[in-house]
This record gives sequence, structure tokens and C-alpha cells, in this order.
Amino acid sequence: MVHKLTGALTLGAALLLSTSAFAQDKRVVTWNADYDPIPLAAAEALIADFEAANPEIDVVLTNFDHEAYKNAIRNFLTADPPDLANWYAANRMRPFVEAGLFADISDVWANNGLMDSLASSVLSSTIDGKQYAIPYTYYQWGIYYNRDAYKAAGVDVPGPEGVTWDQFLANCEKFKAAGIDCVTTGSSALWPVAGIFDYVSMRTNGYQFHSDLAAGKISWTSPEVAAVFDNFGKLQPYVTANHAAIDWQDAAALLVQGKAANYVMGNFAVGVFKEGGMTNDNLGFMVFPEITPGIARAEEAPTDTIHLTSGAKNPEDAKTFLAYMASAEAQTKWNGAVGQLPTNKNASVDAADPFLTAGFQALSTATGGIAQFWDRDADAEYAKVGMEGFQQFLVQPDQRDAILERLEAARTRLYPQ
Amino acid sequence: MFGVYVLWPIIQSVTLSFYDWDGLYNKDGEFMGRFVGMGNYSELMTDPAFETSLWNNLKWLVLYMLALPIGLFIAIFLNQTVRGIRLYKSLFFFPFVISQVVVGLIFAWFYAPNFGLFYLLTENVFGQGTAILADPDLVTYGIIAAGLWPQIAYVMILYLTGLNNVAPDQIEAARLDGAKGWRMLWYVVLPQLRPATFIAVIVTVIGALRSFDLVSIMTNGGPFGSSRVLSYYMFEMALGEYGFRMGYGAAIAVVLFLIMMVFISGFIWKMWRDEKER
Repeated sequence: MVHKLTGALTLGAALLLSTSAFAQDKRVVTWNADYDPIPLAAAEALIADFEAANPEIDVVLTNFDHEAYKNAIRNFLTADPPDLANWYAANRMRPFVEAGLFADISDVWANNGLMDSLASSVLSSTIDGKQYAIPYTYYQWGIYYNRDAYKAAGVDVPGPEGVTWDQFLANCEKFKAAGIDCVTTGSSALWPVAGIFDYVSMRTNGYQFHSDLAAGKISWTSPEVAAVFDNFGKLQPYVTANHAAIDWQDAAALLVQGKAANYVMGNFAVGVFKEGGMTNDNLGFMVFPEITPGIARAEEAPTDTIHLTSGAKNPEDAKTFLAYMASAEAQTKWNGAVGQLPTNKNASVDAADPFLTAGFQALSTATGGIAQFWDRDADAEYAKVGMEGFQQFLVQPDQRDAILERLEAARTRLYPQ
Repeated sequence: MFGVYVLWPIIQSVTLSFYDWDGLYNKDGEFMGRFVGMGNYSELMTDPAFETSLWNNLKWLVLYMLALPIGLFIAIFLNQTVRGIRLYKSLFFFPFVISQVVVGLIFAWFYAPNFGLFYLLTENVFGQGTAILADPDLVTYGIIAAGLWPQIAYVMILYLTGLNNVAPDQIEAARLDGAKGWRMLWYVVLPQLRPATFIAVIVTVIGALRSFDLVSIMTNGGPFGSSRVLSYYMFEMALGEYGFRMGYGAAIAVVLFLIMMVFISGFIWKMWRDEKER
């Protein structure tokens, strides 16, 4: 409710702004986005640069509250489509593509050589052989840890290469003895548990298996899934109790305060950790430990995208802007300001930021593959059932069989065999 | 007006409940749904989440009725002529003035693990804090308690106005006949409060059935769906982030509508009977 209200307010404010913009005699490109303050400022800086280079085009950005946007987009795409709209890659854009609401922009990809420069994101931007998205940023997931908590519990601080799974669990035992949560998470919004599950699954059986699992091709009663839940169960006793009632930001506070040692999270959390007072000296990053030896390492890196809508009033100028957003120059600037990773391989990363360099390193050496995240790889409804199951398992591990049965029932219903 | 705002939406929801539709029109504005007949309903029958929601709705209905005796008790307690009683009355009425969203937030903090007052309290008493909203067995009761807080205030104000209309001469006569305490309440005051009780039951039943905002604010139906109620599950399925199954949501809405119809027709029947007696 609160979210909706702020969304409506921003919409109202933006409408006022946009009417004043119409007063100038320029070709207008409208863009609906869902940015927090820092990304918003970065986007506005990009727009300023773009308008300086293309003085006849006026890009009008309407910003929505992040949560409210997820509902708003469904209305404005049919009722009052802007030229450009923010959304997410892979399965998350599929409903809009299938309803014909996002336009095919394969020509933008072809004309600007994006197949090469955005090579890592071709798969996640493509549906049925056509491109529907311009990926402009992604960010790595991994384990963020508090070095002070490691010292307080007398555990060796992991190096940049991380630790082995056995070592990680042994560390957890020590943290438990010291009264520190080894792994923290805040799952009231469900998705944070999916991050942990994804990694356990990918490290146990590899990328292809995980991808098939998210696509509903693998039975939840198979021995491979049993192996995943065995490993998930080894982690379970060390996860923050009551995580189901707290937000991910509350769990971030636990890490900052040293009440928790590790946090499986995306790189966007670094800003929150630093606001809480952590610095590059006591905040560390490592990739999730290897579980089954010899499996090619896969990582999670959800991609944010911009789309051309089918109802766009000014598609030509909008495509010019899309090409600009795909460029190395724009992506270096935006991602530098926001602290995320550019998808354009010619773009550069701020070398002074240890988390970005580590993330860039982790993703560029992930030979197993790049997953988008459970709720983007899996179909929406399947994703939700899955995440509820993961959350329940972390709260009630004794319900494992019931959970797996329920997931299997959902799978056979959603993907008839 | 009745046709446009009441009948038409009902017809639309019922129609929609026979379709499988993700809520999107294509760019030419054509409906993209697929007719599935009773498919949504047969799926509901085997849906464990639907069963949980139904049970939780029942818990809400039963426990919400507690608002009646408690509200009556407070109303009688406040129905005296003491200096400054108006101030006390307004203080007791205060929870109802606050928006449900704020009530939800306050109680969510109250229950919050690690720093919530309730958590710290249980930690001091039992040595182990209880995070109500993380416990699948307790979470619904925790939310109902939050809902009762303003609901009691509402019932109280209904009874306070009712008590104003209690005929003093009857009380006087009863007192002369030697009626006191519970007997006075049961045989003399309560019968005169019947209209107030009737309204109070109606608003409480409706309050329990539309218990959406508190669930949404406090838990989002979690942990893993154990605090869902029908109205929230409907929202989740039709409009939630991972939902957008309009037909399935509409089917839940129809079921909720039928449950409400049972109560509503009961009330209408009673009102009709009362009218005829006059």
C-alpha cells in the first residue's frame, strides 16, 4: 500500500515534469524506469550526455517506486505505453514478449555489433531467435563476509579464492560455538533463500542441471535433487533463526554488527553494508565454495534490461537511445556510478572497487555458465512455489519429504509430462 | 449505479474464473485468455495453499468474535460519569482511528525478532525469544491479535452509543426488583443493546473476511504461505509479483464471495424478519 502510494506520487510528480518538457520543441522519447536514488542520478547523467550529443531528442524519464513498478508495467504497457521500459532478462520478459508488448529489436543488435560486444548476455536477451532487450548492467552474487566476525570467532579469514565446502561447514561450527550466525539471510520477501538454493544446486550438480531444474525438466524426487537437499540441510542449522520474519536489509544489519559472519547476496548489498559502517577493510567477498569437485564453476548474475515497447510513439529515436545504452562508454559511466558490472565487454570497471573487480573476475572465469537467478530462470508461478519450499526447508528441515512432494506436484501440474 | 458497480463486476469475476489468463492484452487490445471451464475450481480443490487460506479465514472469523465481549466490557467500564471520561473514551477509541497499515507496521515491530518488545519480553521470561511472524504455527494468531486491537475499539464505540440509549427507567425498575451485576447485564442491558450487537457482529464478520491489509503489511502471507487468507491468496494469484493468474484469482474471489453470501443473506433474512415483526 505504502509502495503504491509513493509510486502514484512519483508518477504524479513525473507527469508534471513531463508536461513542462513538452513545452520545448524537441522529439520526445519517454522512458519508464524503477530506479533507486543512486541509479536514478546515474541514469539522469546518461540522459544529459545523450541529449548533448543528440540535441534534437528529449529523453523524459518517469521513475517509479521499485516494487510498485512490477504492477504498474502491466498497466502502462497496454494502456499508455512509453517508448522504453525497464525490465529483466530471460524468463521474466517472456510474458510481455509473448503478448507482443515488447518490440523485436534484433536490428539494434545487428546494426551496432552487439552480438559481439554483449556476447555474455545474448542468451538471456533472446526469445525464439530474436532479441527483445538491451542488457546494460548485471551484478554478481556470492558470499559477503565480515572479517571482524571471523576474527572474533577465531576463524581464519578466507582469501580471495574462497574456502572449500568442508572448510566452510567447519567454520560454521566454530561460529555457532561463538554465538555468531554463520550464514545470514532475511527471507520475508522469499527471494533471498533462492540465492542460497541456486548456489547449492549449481555447486552440487552443475549449471545445466540447475537450469533444467528451473525449467521443470527434472523431478524433485530424483537422487540429484536429494543430493542438493542433503547439502542444503548441512547448511540449514547455521542459518540465522527467524530469517522468515526479517527483510534482507535487517539481515544486512546483522552482518554489519558482527552478529553474522557470511551473507549470500548480490553485489547491490555492498551499498547497504557500507552505509552501516563497513569498509573495504572488514567487508570481504568470496565465491560460493565448490561442493562437488571438478564441476565447472557457474555464477549468478541477474541482468537488468531496457526494452522498446510495441506501442512506442517514437521508436526510431528510442532505438538510438537503446544503442547508446548498449555502448561501452554509457555502460562504463552508469555502472561506475552505481557500482555494478557492465555487460559490454569493452566497458571498464572501477579498479579501485575490490568488490567489482572480484565480481568481474568471478564472472569472467565462470566457465560453467551464468544463471539469472531462480525467479528469472524459472517460470513465475513455479519460482514462487519453489521459493516457498526452500524457505520452509530452512525453517522446518524435517518437512523435507512433504516439501519435495509438493514441489513435484507443482511441477507435474505446470509442466505436464 | 448498482448494476455498474456491483452486478457487472460480479458477473465479470465469475466469467473470468472459467478462463486461464495472465492479465495481458496484446497491443491491439485483444483478450488473450483461454477457456478452461471448471479447471480453476478443480485445481483449487487440490491446492494445499487454498486449504491453508480457508482454515486461516476460519480462525479469523472465530477469534475476531472476541472483539464483541471485550468491546462490550470496555464500553460498560467507560460508561460512567467521571471527570475527564471523554478523554479516556477517545484514548480507547484511538486504535480505530489509525490506519490498518500503521497498525500492521506497529505490530510487526512489536513482534520483530531481536529488537521487538514482544520478542524481548518472551526472551526475558522464557530465556528464548519467540518471533511470532517467523513461526508458521503462531503467525496467524499474531496477526489476528493485531487486527483485534482496532476492532475492539470499533465495537466499543458501537456499544457506547448503544448504552446511551439504554432506558434509565428500566435500569431503575430492575434495580428495585433486586437485579445486580451479571443478571442485570444479561436480562436488562443486553436485550436493549440488541441493535448495537447486531451491527457489531456484522462489522466484525466483514472485518475478519476482508483481513487483507494486515496480512499484506505484516507477513506477505509468509512464512511459506502459512498466514495466507483467502483475500490475500486471491491478490497473490491475480496481482502478486509471481502471480498474474487472473482466472485462478477470480475463482478464489468467487469462493470468497460465496462464503460472504452465506453471512450476508443471513443478515438480510434477519433484518427482513425484524421489519415484518413491526
